[in-house]
Amino acid sequence: MQTSNNAINPNHVITTNAIIKGVSQVILGKQQQIKLALSCVLAGGHLLIEDLPGMGKTTLAHTLAQVLGLEFRRAQFTSDLLPADIIGVSVFDRNTADFQFHPGPVFTNMLLADEINRATPKTQSALLEAMEEKQITVDGETHQLPSPFFVIATQNPKHHIGTFALPESQLDRFLMRISLGYPDAESERALLKNQGGRNFSSHAPAICDAETVLAMQQAVHGIHVSDHLLDYLQALIAQSRAQLNTGLSPRASLALRQCAQAWAMLEGRDFVIPEDVQAVFASVVSHRLALEKDSGQSAQQMLSQIAIR
Amino acid sequence: MRTKAKLVTAVQIKWLLISLGAILATHALNLPLWVIGVCVLLGVWRYIAIAKPIFMPNRWLLVLLSLILGLIIVLSFKGQFGRDASLSFLVIMTALKLLETKALRDYMLCIMLGFFLVGNLFLFNQSMATFGISIAPMLLLIASLINTSLVKQNNMNNLGITKQKSTKQDALFILKFSGKLLLQSLPIMLVLFVLFPRIPGPLWGIPQDAYSGMTGLSDNLQFGNISQLTKNSSIAFRVQFQGAIPPKNQLYWRGPVLWHQEEHSWLMASDNIGLPAEHLIVSGPATHYTITLEPHNRPWLLLLDMPTNLPNNTKRTHDYSAVANEPVRSRMRYEAVSYAHYQLEANALNERESIMALQITEGENPRTRALAQTWLNLTPAQKINSALTLFREQNFIYTLRPPLLGKDPVDQFIFNTKRGFCEHYATSFVYLMRAAGLPARIVTGYQGGELNPNGNYLIVRQSDAHAWAEVWLQGQGWVRVDPTAAVSPARIEQGIGDADLERDELPLMARHDFPLLKKALLNLDTFNNGWNQWVLGYDDKKQLAFLSKMRGKTVSVTDLVVGMIVTLLAAMVATAFFVLKKTHITLNPAEKIYAQYLKKLKTIGLQLNIGEGALDFGNRVALALPPQQTLILDIAARYNALQYSQAKNAFMLTELEALTKQFKPKF
Repeated sequence: MQTSNNAINPNHVITTNAIIKGVSQVILGKQQQIKLALSCVLAGGHLLIEDLPGMGKTTLAHTLAQVLGLEFRRAQFTSDLLPADIIGVSVFDRNTADFQFHPGPVFTNMLLADEINRATPKTQSALLEAMEEKQITVDGETHQLPSPFFVIATQNPKHHIGTFALPESQLDRFLMRISLGYPDAESERALLKNQGGRNFSSHAPAICDAETVLAMQQAVHGIHVSDHLLDYLQALIAQSRAQLNTGLSPRASLALRQCAQAWAMLEGRDFVIPEDVQAVFASVVSHRLALEKDSGQSAQQMLSQIAIR
Repeated sequence: MRTKAKLVTAVQIKWLLISLGAILATHALNLPLWVIGVCVLLGVWRYIAIAKPIFMPNRWLLVLLSLILGLIIVLSFKGQFGRDASLSFLVIMTALKLLETKALRDYMLCIMLGFFLVGNLFLFNQSMATFGISIAPMLLLIASLINTSLVKQNNMNNLGITKQKSTKQDALFILKFSGKLLLQSLPIMLVLFVLFPRIPGPLWGIPQDAYSGMTGLSDNLQFGNISQLTKNSSIAFRVQFQGAIPPKNQLYWRGPVLWHQEEHSWLMASDNIGLPAEHLIVSGPATHYTITLEPHNRPWLLLLDMPTNLPNNTKRTHDYSAVANEPVRSRMRYEAVSYAHYQLEANALNERESIMALQITEGENPRTRALAQTWLNLTPAQKINSALTLFREQNFIYTLRPPLLGKDPVDQFIFNTKRGFCEHYATSFVYLMRAAGLPARIVTGYQGGELNPNGNYLIVRQSDAHAWAEVWLQGQGWVRVDPTAAVSPARIEQGIGDADLERDELPLMARHDFPLLKKALLNLDTFNNGWNQWVLGYDDKKQLAFLSKMRGKTVSVTDLVVGMIVTLLAAMVATAFFVLKKTHITLNPAEKIYAQYLKKLKTIGLQLNIGEGALDFGNRVALALPPQQTLILDIAARYNALQYSQAKNAFMLTELEALTKQFKPKF
């Protein structure tokens, strides 16, 4: 490529490639999902991983945190988990005769909210509030969350017993929803041979740190989106509104742009092309079309109906 | 090579069935009952065949059916192939066409036949109501076309329709769309209405039987004629006066004058050829008025007693009726001037006329003759008075339901039944006068009329039909004597609604007992009158006059035709430009080069899919053409950079052009 004033930082390209490689050594054969997860992180959004138990959701989240070199906490959501268990609690200190705030697991760079749909709506919304505001307020005191701050939430498919489905408005807080799916034969074989999987996640080397992640997030904003591409984006959004009863919101269109930018960066490009949009489209859009029956299929349909010019 | 015809879908057939059903309903009054029945049966047959195509008849059965039904039409119309038979034939054949409609081509033909059938409605009636009724089938036919074009182009999505919505919503949407199209066509229709050159006279002949339903005054008078007419409340004519409307008892609308008496009937003069017109002297104020005459399939025009001028293309009979050259078969509008004070043939009666005015058949009505004989020596005025006194004082009753009269009807009427209607009084009076030696004749026409306060015009209905007498007096000429007035003065002074009649003898519009309904009907008539004057009456002359007025100088037919052609051509060019422009998308330079590249690839069967980006496509092509892989991927990357990156320049464009030229579409 002969782009003279390439705005992309070559270091970022090297770093992202290394991250993908690092995670791939643990989560075998799921490069596409890893890239999606990473682009979600780079776009500065929260990630929802939805799949059956035992598909490697937690492992992916854990490994990603490890490789990114971020502070990582994990909260297992259960039906008796209370908001205070997540955001922290003020405890009376007898020595100082004052209330002392004991921060909860949310005070970290990367929070893994495992099985988020097992908690009650009250706890869910406490977390989701923190996700939106990037700060929490306890007893009239506001506490800033560390930066960067991500939540990777995992959930079992809705119809599983003992789950509280996230309402659409809260699903909308997640930039992306991905699912891992079964591994292919080759990867499964390697897994059985003990060449990957959870045991390796703690050994995965940290490739970057919080500052690099912030810098890369900044760089994502600089990825160029041409008018031509915006036309395409708008056509897609318009198609969703024409085709479905509840189309995509403006927030969804912004999310789509950000994710496409992050994807372009992972591809080592300083501008977005329609293929970037297509790559992230289903993940960004399908959980926002929760009211539709076959949201994944309709997303695919939209892509195949809008011509690229 | 013969390609397989496109088949119609079940939904299309349903639309078609509904549309044609609506057309059948609008034509219900114009078709014999059996035709409607057969069409409904054929439609149901086709409906069943939607689900079970095995029921579609084969070609031979259809031919047989067509022949049989054609024969039945010929027989039932007794070989008269006029308007009614043609319509029945067309409707039945359209229904049969349905049964062989499998391909889109047949379907379109059915739709076009449907439009034609809607147009045929106006052969029967051109009222505003017909126009209103015709809208429903038009709407459905257009909806059928919309449905077809949507299915054909599969572009429901572009119009906001998806498969997820029900067919009911689809139908509603299509109907709304159709209505919108109809409304959008309205301005074009109006412009064409005003500007499209009118051809004087009808463009094609309308079959004779088209006029069978018209009513009006007959050319003879038999007992019962007028009382039949009086039961009909349809409109005979409307009159617009310039200035004040004369009093009701002067509103004698003159029609045919009857001279010749035969047992039960009175006829127009049989040997009036060459008779000089009677000499008319008028005095006093003139009444100027305009009459819009409803078609009645007879040549005579009605004018207020006594008219001095005549409309164009009409002539005056010697007894001052106006007769057009042809039967009045379309609404006719004419202006006239009449004088209430006149003297007709005051000095001396023409010899032939005096014979005609004294003619009575020998040997009939002996008692009446005997009575008249006793008056022979009286003065004319006394003769008249004697007769009127007879009617007034001997319990004569004015009724629309007189008893039937057998032999010697005048005798029976005067001496036995004494119940009768204007025609009885007029004929008996004239008979008496003639028997007593006073020249007399019967004038038929209309008397009175009803003022429509909305439009300030007078409505004269068939129920206002009337007959009166004229006697000739030396020095005064023909003088009108209305013996009905002697029996029922209210009939003349106020109108037939006030005549002393039993209530249900009269049609609704002539009565006075439903004031609100009547008011509503009068309002409706104001509308109809406007429709007649401005829509149906907009003929070639009015058009040219209107356009000349608009333009400020005279417009000729040639101007109009040339203008029309120029306008049409301009509209076509504009449409073509618009259509072509819409399909032509302006490409930027990079897209132009890329389009050439795509064209090259198309020659070897590689095509860009909808929604496929240049990079994905490049990867696909590279797989198909491994030797040129680098070149192909380079083209894709450069094209993407040109389209989407910030850093693009003219140099990149020339490079892309060079690369695409380098590319050879070869495996």
